Amino acid sequence: MNAILFLQRIALFLVLTLGLAVPAQAQIADADLLPLVDALAPGNFKDREGAIGVLVTTGDQRVVPILEVLLEGELYFDDATGKVVFTSAPSGKGTISDPVTGAELPTLTEDGLEKVKVNNGLRRVLRTAIGQMTLLSEDAGVRRFAAQSILRDADPAQLELLDSAIAAETDDDIQLIMQRARAVIMLKTPEASIEEKTAAVPIAQAIGGRDALNILTTALAGAPAELQPTIQSAIDGLARDRAVWDVAQNVWFGISLGSVLLLAAIGLAITFGVMGVINMAHGEMVMLGAYTTFVVQEIIRQNFPGLFDWSLAIALPLAFLVTGLIGIAIERGIIRFLYGRPLETLLATWGLSLIIQQAVQRIFTANIREVGNPSWMSGSFELGGLAITWNRFYIVIFAIMVFLTLLCVLKYTAIGLHMRAVTQNRRMASSMGIRTPLVDAMTFGLGSGIAGLAGVALSQIGNVSPNLGQGYIIDSFMVVVFGGVGNLWGTLVGALTLGIANKFIEPYAGAVLGKIIILVLIILFIQRRPRGLFALKGRSIEA
Amino acid sequence: MTVVNRAIAGLGLGVAMTMGAIAVPAFAQDDTIKVGVLHSLSGTMAISETTLKDTMLFLIDEQNKKGGLLGKQLEAVVVDPASDWPLFAEKARELIEVNGVAAVFGCWTSSSRKSVLPVFEELNSILFYPVQYEGEESQRNVFYTGAAPNQQAIPAVDYLMENEGVERWVLAGTDYVYPQTTNKILEQYLMDKGVAKEDIMINYTPFGHSDWQTIVSDIKTFGSTGKKTAVVSTINGDANVPFYKELANQGIKAEDIPVVAFSVGEEELAGFDTTPLVGHLAAWNYFQSVDVPANEEFISAWQTFMNDPEKVTNDPMEATVIGFHLWVAAVEKAGTTDTDAVLDAIIGLETPNLTGGIAKMLPNHHITKPVLIGEIQADGQFEVVSESDLVPGDAWSDFLPESKMIEADWTAPISCGNYNTETKTCGGDTATP
Repeated sequence: MNAILFLQRIALFLVLTLGLAVPAQAQIADADLLPLVDALAPGNFKDREGAIGVLVTTGDQRVVPILEVLLEGELYFDDATGKVVFTSAPSGKGTISDPVTGAELPTLTEDGLEKVKVNNGLRRVLRTAIGQMTLLSEDAGVRRFAAQSILRDADPAQLELLDSAIAAETDDDIQLIMQRARAVIMLKTPEASIEEKTAAVPIAQAIGGRDALNILTTALAGAPAELQPTIQSAIDGLARDRAVWDVAQNVWFGISLGSVLLLAAIGLAITFGVMGVINMAHGEMVMLGAYTTFVVQEIIRQNFPGLFDWSLAIALPLAFLVTGLIGIAIERGIIRFLYGRPLETLLATWGLSLIIQQAVQRIFTANIREVGNPSWMSGSFELGGLAITWNRFYIVIFAIMVFLTLLCVLKYTAIGLHMRAVTQNRRMASSMGIRTPLVDAMTFGLGSGIAGLAGVALSQIGNVSPNLGQGYIIDSFMVVVFGGVGNLWGTLVGALTLGIANKFIEPYAGAVLGKIIILVLIILFIQRRPRGLFALKGRSIEA
Repeated sequence: MTVVNRAIAGLGLGVAMTMGAIAVPAFAQDDTIKVGVLHSLSGTMAISETTLKDTMLFLIDEQNKKGGLLGKQLEAVVVDPASDWPLFAEKARELIEVNGVAAVFGCWTSSSRKSVLPVFEELNSILFYPVQYEGEESQRNVFYTGAAPNQQAIPAVDYLMENEGVERWVLAGTDYVYPQTTNKILEQYLMDKGVAKEDIMINYTPFGHSDWQTIVSDIKTFGSTGKKTAVVSTINGDANVPFYKELANQGIKAEDIPVVAFSVGEEELAGFDTTPLVGHLAAWNYFQSVDVPANEEFISAWQTFMNDPEKVTNDPMEATVIGFHLWVAAVEKAGTTDTDAVLDAIIGLETPNLTGGIAKMLPNHHITKPVLIGEIQADGQFEVVSESDLVPGDAWSDFLPESKMIEADWTAPISCGNYNTETKTCGGDTATP
């Protein structure tokens, strides 16, 4: 039965390939290649590894796309015939075609397809195999990628291939990567001479960072005695660099944490700091901002997938509007009746926070909701020895922008002037013709709206669930009280100080103890300076 | 004052709304068998536990369609312990004393389970606990249908050693009893296997931790000494999303430093884009992606019941299903819902699990389970890369010196949750030694 099928397939492909272009270098006959490709499907991961090895030895360039598709986990096979196929759309959908000839296979259906499974070990093998097969490619980009994967694995078996690639390479950058790969291989090969190994050490060291440390530490363990001092001093040099960069990295982590705290707290700095309202529902405003982002992304995903990278830009004004309006409603509906009665305000807003949480849970369920990072916020970049993730980087920038905008609004606009007037002396402002109730509502709305903006940003680093706000409310109060109630600059300095202090304590004390230490320090600080870092002076605070 | 009243009225309305949502249609007839459902529907654990409440409603609905139990209809009594551990004990007491339930299905965190243990012992009722836990416990009134450490943690570590050649280990967890006990067992196990102490890094973080920059960066540093490194994660609940996002953004690939998680399932993965996480692992006894007819049937019935074709299933759900089926079988065998009769009847009963195997209730109140290791896929599902035979759950870890001689056996003549096989004595009535 199988033999008949096999013959049929061969016949089919012979017919199909007749019209195709003349094969390029190192190409074997389709009929020989096809069974090798089909061998990828059956058996376990070990069998598959063997099949990949056989495919690589053919040297046929048509194997590369097959391996690449397999690496992505998108290679399928027909359950009944065992035939390995390509599909035009992800997840085994779309038209089914032959991986070697590219011919469509109308007899096979999506339902009959099964995925060719890959695991981590196999992915490593595939990357090396693709690197090995494309190291002599004509496309510089492909060659660079190949060189990098050779460098990653640094398999001594590749030395010969690598040497010929280095000789043929014209691009300096790619040649450098290849030289480094060669150096790492030299360090790994026991047969290599001491001279070769000694020459390899500085090249490997030049890779820099943790990768170089990793390579050299491994090399040190297997190195002959006379080489060890050279490697050790290279490692020491790298470790010294690392120590300096580690401090810088910690400062960056601190700034990043500080900017998150700043974003969460800055709305509270207005409602609590400027108006004196203890708003326990502040965290829920942040949460609502995050859910606004989720809703915007959902709509974009379903209707305008092309706009996904713009989703945050669209969500920002919407989140501000939604939470700002809710804030105004809260102020008009509840808080205005409670001015001057902090305990009742606290209870009422706390109850409100529970109601909002439950309401959101009813509407969106308790599950974590997916808010995606737009492509420009994914991944990280290197700045010297610093690894900076894009999402954190943009959040720092965003926090600074929000802070400066708010400062300008309070200082240079009419509404800002009114706000300051009302909070400094309500009676006087009122007699000057300012509608204090309106200003109260606007101020609370502004504070809540900014909390909504924070929610958009925080949805990019945390999870979006009904409890999102609770995680930030204590930290926010801590920042505002520490920085000095009623002072925006205090909030900025407070947030950054707490962020950086936290990150410097964490490596020594751990995350749990670190949090406790910070709390104790703040309590001690408040004991000494009850009004925080930047206390407001003058009569206004007594009112 | 009117305003305060109004605020309180508002609060009351909110509470009423929640209660209304939870309340289950009351049956007029008295001859129903009541089943208690004790899962948090608000607070931090609501994310995980709400699904299990729905699972129970689904199972009871299915059972009633089949004609109920002992000729009676089943009736769910749902309460909300609100992620508040002491409240679990109060609510359990309410379920048993006020509502007179025949059995309770509930709890998620070990803290909540520890909180209700004395109540179930005192009032002699039955609890089915459906979540993987740290072991070192076997109580007469409790059935543990989730994994014990030997059914999840140890096989996962073995897989990494054998298949990935891992020599250096980061044990990262949330700061509470399950991760701490599990990590204690794992540390001992690794050291028994010859891993040096400096090759093990243990790290704890608070519940809901959101800033993972330092820890992920530490993991990177720890992993750059030339030895293959892996992370064993017992990080719980919603802290996982920021953890994985940070991993992805700092570029830690599964091929370099794989992370194997014990608390991350399909439900948690639904919260983010998993493309950068492909290849990281999870160890469970069930995955939604397991391709057997029993599972397919269950998933489609569940999605129909929830009226959501995208609704995922997960391991604690399967454990709930097994627990419920075992209880139903035991009640049918005993012919009554009386606690002592059911406790006797249930030992040795078998029910098919959802991955094509058989779950058998053992004398130590744990069950047999297969161990599955899955790799995260780009679609938020897991691809099984390793599947074991059925492993019987071991209540007391064999790898800790203080518990390796302890066995649990609730059948005569031992009838003891912590029987010392060396001194031939029972450690007392309580579950803990």
